[in-house]
Amino acid sequence: MVPVPLTPYERRDLHYWMRLTRTLDDQIITLWKQGRGVGGTFNQRGHEAISVGAGAALGPDDVVAPMHRDLGCYLLRGMTPERLLASQLGRATSINGGRDANLHGCGDLSLNIIGFVSHLPQSLPVAVGAAMSFTYRREPRVAMTFVGDGSSNTGLFHESLNLAAVHRAPFVLIIENNQYAYSTPLSQQMAIDDIAIRATAHGVRSTIVDGNEVEAVHAAAQEAVDRARDGGGPTAIECKTMRMLGHAIHDGAEYVPAELLANWERLDPIDRFERALLEDGAMTSAQISAVAAQCRDRVAAAVVHAEGADWPDPATVTDGIYAP
Amino acid sequence: MTDGNFGFSAAPSRDVASRHMSYIEAISEGLAHEMRRDPDVLVLGEDIGGEFGGAFKVTKGFAAEFGDRRVMNTPMTELGFIGAANGMALMGLRPVIEVQFADFISTGFDAIVQFAATTHYRWNAPVPWVIRAPADGGIRSGPFHSQNPEAWFVHTPGLKVVAPATPADAKGLLQSAIRDDNPVIYFESKPLYRSLKGEVPDGDCPVPLGAARIAREGSDATVVTYGAMVHQAIEAAAAIAAHGASVEVLDLRTLKPLDTDSVLRSVEKTGRALITHAANRLAGVGAEIAAIIVEEAFEYLDAPIVRVGGLDVPVPFSPPLEDAYRPNARTLAGALDRLLAY
Repeated sequence: MVPVPLTPYERRDLHYWMRLTRTLDDQIITLWKQGRGVGGTFNQRGHEAISVGAGAALGPDDVVAPMHRDLGCYLLRGMTPERLLASQLGRATSINGGRDANLHGCGDLSLNIIGFVSHLPQSLPVAVGAAMSFTYRREPRVAMTFVGDGSSNTGLFHESLNLAAVHRAPFVLIIENNQYAYSTPLSQQMAIDDIAIRATAHGVRSTIVDGNEVEAVHAAAQEAVDRARDGGGPTAIECKTMRMLGHAIHDGAEYVPAELLANWERLDPIDRFERALLEDGAMTSAQISAVAAQCRDRVAAAVVHAEGADWPDPATVTDGIYAP
Repeated sequence: MTDGNFGFSAAPSRDVASRHMSYIEAISEGLAHEMRRDPDVLVLGEDIGGEFGGAFKVTKGFAAEFGDRRVMNTPMTELGFIGAANGMALMGLRPVIEVQFADFISTGFDAIVQFAATTHYRWNAPVPWVIRAPADGGIRSGPFHSQNPEAWFVHTPGLKVVAPATPADAKGLLQSAIRDDNPVIYFESKPLYRSLKGEVPDGDCPVPLGAARIAREGSDATVVTYGAMVHQAIEAAAAIAAHGASVEVLDLRTLKPLDTDSVLRSVEKTGRALITHAANRLAGVGAEIAAIIVEEAFEYLDAPIVRVGGLDVPVPFSPPLEDAYRPNARTLAGALDRLLAY
C-alpha cells in the first residue's frame, strides 16, 4: 500500500506549517530572551518535519497526543498561535486557562488533541487506549502519539506497544530520536542503534525514516495511518533527527559536540524542503518569501493578542478539579 | 462476620424488591447492571475474562453475557492498562478496571495520579473510569495481598475514593462510581466478600458519592470509620452497650469527597470521637478527619480524639503478627472504654 504522491498544494501546505512552526518557535525564544516569558519553555528547532509530516497524515476524526517538540502538529490540527502563546504566557485565554505550563496540557477534544503530562511516556498507553476505543466502537479512526528516545527506555514503552500489538490497535507511534534525553546521549541510554527494533520485538511493524525530510516522514506516516484504519494494526516509525537547541530554554546544551550540530545544521528540515520545492518548481523564491512574511505577520498578531490577554482570576483556582 | 444487615438505617424499605446476597455478589450485580444499562461500560484487567472470571470471580459469566470485546483480559501490566483506560475514558467509554489486589495499584501510579487525576483540571477533559481495588487484610494474605492504600489517593487532587461496607452500598456505590465523570477508586473489602450478606435492592439503586451514613445510632461517642472496620466498630459498640454506653458508628462510604458535615454533626451530638481504619494510622485518612474535627468542632469535644489504626509496618503474614497489626472489635471496645471514661 503506497500512498498517493502529494499534490503541489499539499506540499506547499506542509511547507507553510513548518515555516509557521519555526516562526512561532523563534518568537517564543525571543520573548523568553527578552524576559517576557513565564516559567520555562521548550524549543522545536530540528523537529518541524516530524511534527508536521506525521500530523498531516491524520484525518480530522483521528486523535493525536503530541508532546513538547510537536508544536507543528498542534498548529496544523487547528490550535491557533493565539491560544498556544496564551498558554505559554499563562493567560486566561489559553487552552487550559493558565493551569498548565508551555505546551503541557494543551489538549482539546474538539480538535481531537490529547494533552500530555511531563511523564511523557504516559501518552503511549493513552493513545493505545484511544485506538482500542475506536476498535470497540467500530469507528474507522486512528490514534497517533509521539515519544522521544528517552521515553523509549521506559517499561511503559514496551507495555504500550505490546498492548497495541495484542489488540491490533489502530495506533501509530512516532519516535523522535533526537539523540539526547536532556543531556544524556544515546550511547548512555541504550546499546542498540535503532529504537525501531524495540517495536519489532513486540510484533509491531516498524520503519526508520530521515526525520529531517518532511516528505519521507509524511509518506511513512500516511502508510501507517492507512494500514491502521484498514485493520492492519499498529506501526512504529523511528524518525532520526537532532535536537538543535537545549532541552529547554534555560539549557545551553554545551554538552553537545559542536561538530555534531554543524553537521545537522546542513540538514535543516525547512531549508532542505525549500530547496526541493524550488528545484522542482513547486514554489518560487518569491512565494517562499511571501510565506515567511505571512507567518511573521501571523505570529506578530498572536503575540499582541496573547500579551494583551487577561491573567486568570485567582478566584477560579479550584474550578474544574472535577468534571460536573 | 455474621449474616444480616446489622440493623443499618440504610437497609431497603419493605416495598423495594430486594434479595439477600453476599458483598461480592452485590459487586458483580452492580457491575453487570451498569454493563446492561450502558454499552460504553466495559471491564478490563488481569484474568477477568473468559470462563475464569477473575481471581475473586467478580466477573464470572461476564464474558458469556457481554462478549470478549467488553470483558477484556489484559497482560500483567497495570501501568499500561490503566493508561489505556485513560485513553478509552477520554474517548467517552467508561472502563471499569480490576487491579487484582489493591496492593498492585502502585504499579499503575503515574497513570492514576499524574494523568487521570489532573486532566480535567488542566484541560477540561473528563476521565470517567473506575478502578476496582480488592483491599484489606485480616485473612492471612501477607504484606502484598492485604494493603489499604487509600490515603495515597485521598491525598491526590482530582480523584474520588469510595469504600463500601455493606452489600447494598457495594452495589449502589459502584453504580454511582461508574456513572460519575471522574476517575473513581473503589476499594473493596476482601474480608467482607463472602462473609457478609445483606439485603440488596433490585435494579437501579445508586448510592450518592460523598454521603456518609449512620450505621448505628448512639449518643455518647462517635466512631468514624469505613469498609470492614464498620462491622468491627458495630461489634465493639454492641459489647460496650452492656455497660450502658451508647455509641454511634458513622460509615463514611466515600473518603473523597469527604462528608464533613455528617462527621461534624455526629461529633457535635456525642462530644467524643474515635476514628479507626485498618490502614496504618500514620498520616492515614483518620489524621485528616481528626484535624477537621479539631478545627471545626473543638468546643464540642469532651475528650481528646482517639485514633486506632494499623501499625506503621508492612501488613505481616503470621496470624499472631497480623492480629497485633490490625484493629478489631476487642481493641476498639477497649479504646471506647477509655474514651468514654475520660
